Order: sequence, then structure tokens, then C-alpha cells
Amino acid sequence: MARSIPTRQKLFYTVAAWSVALLIFFPVLWTVLTSFKTEVSAVASPPQLLNADWTLQNYSDVWNRSDYPRFFWNSVVISVGSTLLGLAIAIPAAWSLAFVPGKKTKDLLMWMLSTKMMPAAAVLIPMYLIFQRTGLFDTRIGLVLALMLMNLPIIVWMLYTYFKEIPGEILEAARMDGASLRNEIIYVLTPMAVPGIASTMLLNIILAWNEAFWTITLTTVNAAPLSAFIASFSAPQGLFYAKLSAASTMAIAPILILGWFSQKQLVRGLTFGAVK
Amino acid sequence: MGKITLDGVRKSFGATDVIPGIDLAIEDGEFVVFVGPSGCGKSTLLRLIAGLEDTSGGTIAIDGVDATALPPAKRGLAMVFQSYALYPHMTVRKNIMFPLKMAGMDLAEATKRADAAAKVLNLTNYMDRKPGQLSGGQRQRVAIGRAIVREPAAFLFDEPLSNLDAALRVNMRQEITELHQSLKTTMIYVTHDQVEAMTMADKIVVLNAGRIEQVGSPMDLYNHPLNTFVAGFIGSPKMNLISGPEAAALGAATIGVRPEHLSVVSEGGWQGVVGLSEHLGSDTFLKVATDTVGTINVRAGGEVMLRHGDTVRLSPQQGKVHRFSPDGRAMT
Repeated sequence: MARSIPTRQKLFYTVAAWSVALLIFFPVLWTVLTSFKTEVSAVASPPQLLNADWTLQNYSDVWNRSDYPRFFWNSVVISVGSTLLGLAIAIPAAWSLAFVPGKKTKDLLMWMLSTKMMPAAAVLIPMYLIFQRTGLFDTRIGLVLALMLMNLPIIVWMLYTYFKEIPGEILEAARMDGASLRNEIIYVLTPMAVPGIASTMLLNIILAWNEAFWTITLTTVNAAPLSAFIASFSAPQGLFYAKLSAASTMAIAPILILGWFSQKQLVRGLTFGAVK
Repeated sequence: MGKITLDGVRKSFGATDVIPGIDLAIEDGEFVVFVGPSGCGKSTLLRLIAGLEDTSGGTIAIDGVDATALPPAKRGLAMVFQSYALYPHMTVRKNIMFPLKMAGMDLAEATKRADAAAKVLNLTNYMDRKPGQLSGGQRQRVAIGRAIVREPAAFLFDEPLSNLDAALRVNMRQEITELHQSLKTTMIYVTHDQVEAMTMADKIVVLNAGRIEQVGSPMDLYNHPLNTFVAGFIGSPKMNLISGPEAAALGAATIGVRPEHLSVVSEGGWQGVVGLSEHLGSDTFLKVATDTVGTINVRAGGEVMLRHGDTVRLSPQQGKVHRFSPDGRAMT
């Protein structure tokens, strides 16, 4: 039976939920609004909302001043590439962690996660030098590798959690039915874990798309993605808030749209282990 | 062909010996049931034969070939799991055809075999459904279908009926027995239910704490249990095991009398008071508290007019008393 909640309490929770949601969404909303204001209106104090001067000029300026499609394409290649490569490595890794665990499996998982706690700046110099010497600096393949390595612990962890939900007997049945390890993963495990794999994929594309530290540090021109595109509008003639906002909006719009259409999948994937 | 020979097969998990060493020969075409209480190692033994667990020692030979180190896929055995273990994302047809696909069989031949299996198992109308849309009994049939299309050397069943309700269990039990009669393929069947063991097996292997207590035909085990464990495990209701002066009088440490081998007599015998009486129509089960031999179970044929509180005298039938020595072994 559903638990009955008093109306006043319900109202309180609704207001609280909306407040938190708006608080989180506000910076994005303000960026989008600012992108449609003139530069003067954008920096006016007190901030203007209804009385602002609205314009589309910023978008045409940004479009004309830079090569948006190239940045966009780099972002797509880097985020999708790093996610697919990461999945190719993480699916077998998560399979072995989930289905043939050893004594140290838990330690191994914790160690993987601990690498995420290291501040990126700590390895900035070595990474920079390695990329320079190996010719990976300012290449898409270099960024694919860097972001894949950065997100690999998360991919492995998420897949491990989903795989743990799959009954081992089904995989044993596949083994009895003559499936090799490769076929067992391709025909049985992967299709059964599709919701989990899809949400892992989406989350990692979003993480890689929004990553700014490494993408800005390890690129100059050729491989620069949309994070570098935004950064290029903050220098050197000073800050142009409206144009910067227009650039930001153009950079986040694709991923926002992707996220919007796949939110059902994302939520389902993120709660996969919670409700059977 | 499906002759399986176990020679000194051992299994230990860490320091625990689950199976300290088993020798067993299973002949081609035999229906062998492994039976025993939970945790006796019967499922582990089946998984060792299947290759899903590695042995800690000893050899497993299938048709004379050492299969101890072979992976499950190479042993030519098919298994039906307790949870059915169907592939939830595949239709019934694809589930049944999966082993054939893995064997690289061409599609036309695989389809023909799957259709034939479906016909035998009454699944023809469900071939395009997913396992989630089937009832428990239908799922179990799909699992069996997936096993028979491969024409394996032997079938392994791991408590396949324990998730079904009582009525369906009886049906499926009969279907599996009929399947064995028509296929004549070796079957190894694990259960904790001694009724399944008695009704289905050519040969029963009674296991306890990883050891074989007795191997024999159902009637062999019923009539000549080798020890008190088998005596108490085989037969329903359980055999009455009585120790004390009554046993000593017959020169044994313990005597065993099956509930159906006790007669209600007017004089002599063991006197007692009826505690519980269950009337099933075909049988009447009585629980009688006696002065001399404790509480004993009685199975009387048909309708017996005895109620709670009635006094009765019971006597074991001639030649139906089993005698056991102090270490629990049967005495001849």
C-alpha cells in the first residue's frame, strides 16, 4: 500500500525540489539568456531581465569569427571515441571482476576508483611532456586516449554494478551450450546488459564532452574541441560576456539535447541496481 | 553414448573438503538420481561433471575419454538449471537454437531440429515469445528443449522442478521420465526430494556430507538400506528408528521399522496413544506416543477409525524389521 503523505508535507517537498532544481539549473539558464543580450545589457548592473536589449548578433559574430563545425566535430570524435574505446576495454574487465572474482577484487575496484581522487594538475607536467614527445599533443587520438583513461574507472565501476545483477546461471548455461568466452560476452552478457551499457555510454559521452582541463591543456588548434572554443572567447581583448555566453550555449546545446532525449534511459540506467 | 566414470573425484573450497573423494560409474542410458539433504554436495558433484567447477583431484571420464580438464562446451553434455537460465532477450526459438548456432550448424538444419524439439515439448505455439511471457512449466520445457536439440551424450538436471507448484511438478516428473524412455540418453538428476528419486531413477546415489552412502535401485535402497542414514532418508513418511531395550532384544543397537510395516493388533506389541491422525482417504497417517519405543509414525492403508487420544497396540510385520549395529551399519 502506498504511504499517505499529508498535503502540507507534500507541498513542502515539491517546493524544496523545485528550488534545488532551479538553483542547479540557474547558471545554465542565465548563460542562455545572456547570449541573447547586447554586450552592454549583459554587464548592466543591476542585472537586466525583462528590460534587456535582445539580439541575435552574438551568434552570428561567434559563428563568423570561428570555425564552429571543426570544434564541434572534434568534440564528437573525442567524446564518442573515448567512450567506445573505454567500453571495449571495460566490458571484459567488468566481466572478470563480476563473474570470476578473486580475493583482491574489492581492493582492485577501490584502487581504480582512488585514481579518480588524484588532482589532475598533479600529473599535468608529465602528461604534457609525454604527449609532446610521442607526438600525441594536439591530436584527436591523443585526447581520445587521455579521456578514455580518465573515465575508465567510472566505466568499469558502472558496468561492474550492472553485470553483478545478471544471474551467473545464465552465463553458465551459455557455457554448457558451447559458447566460447567471446561468444558468451557477445551473445548473452552484452545484450542482457544493454540498458546498463547504454547509460554508461551516455554518461561518459557527457563527461568527455564537458571535460575542459585536459582538452584545453593538450590541444592548440587541430584537435581543439568545444571546451577550447569557449575558452577562446575569454581572451585576449578582455571578456565579452554576451559572446562568451553565445559560444557556451552553442557548445552545450548538442549535449543538452542528447541528454534531454535520453533522460529516461539515463535514469533507468542509474537506478538499474536499485529496483529489480 | 554416455558412459560417465568418476574416479577419486575431490573438491575443496579453501580448507573445506566439500567432496572428499567419490568413485562412481554411470552406464550409458541410465537415469541416475543424486539425492541427499541440502549441502550434501550433490549439486557440486553435478557441476564437476558439467565442468562448471574444477576438480581438486581425481578424474572424470566421459565415454572412456578423460574429460577432467575439458571446458563445459567440449564435454558434450547438456544441463537444465533450477532457475531455467533461459536467455531473456531471445525468443523461445532462438533460445532452443542457441546451442546449435554455437556449434556452427547451418540455419535450415538448426530450424528443423528446433521445430522437432518444440513439437515434442508442446512449444510450437510459443516459439516467437520471450521467456518472460511464459509460465514456469513452459519455461522449464524451453530449458529442456534447449538441452535436447544438441543430442548430448548425457543430460544433467539440477533440481529442475523445485520452482514449480506441486501439481505441475508431478506432470513434469512424468514428462521427463517419458523423455528418458524415448531418448534413451544418460540422465543425471539432482534433487533433495526422495519421492522424485524413487519415482524416476534407475539408480539412486544417496549422498551425505560429500560422501556416497549407498548406490542402488530405488527398491534396493528401500528394502535394504545399508545404514541408518539411508534408512531414514529413503521412504515417506520416514522409517522409525528405535534404540534401547527393544533393539537390544533383537541383538541390535538400533532397529528400523517403516510406518507402512506396522500393524494395529489387539494384543501384545507396543501400546500407545494416538497423538495426530491425518486422513487422506487412501491412507491414514498416525503419530503414536508409546510407552516403550517413543513416538512412532504409522501408515495404515485406507480409512482407519482412530482419532486423537485413542489407545492402540502396534506390532512390526514379520521380516520387516531392519537391524543396525552401534556404528549405524545394517546387520545381516
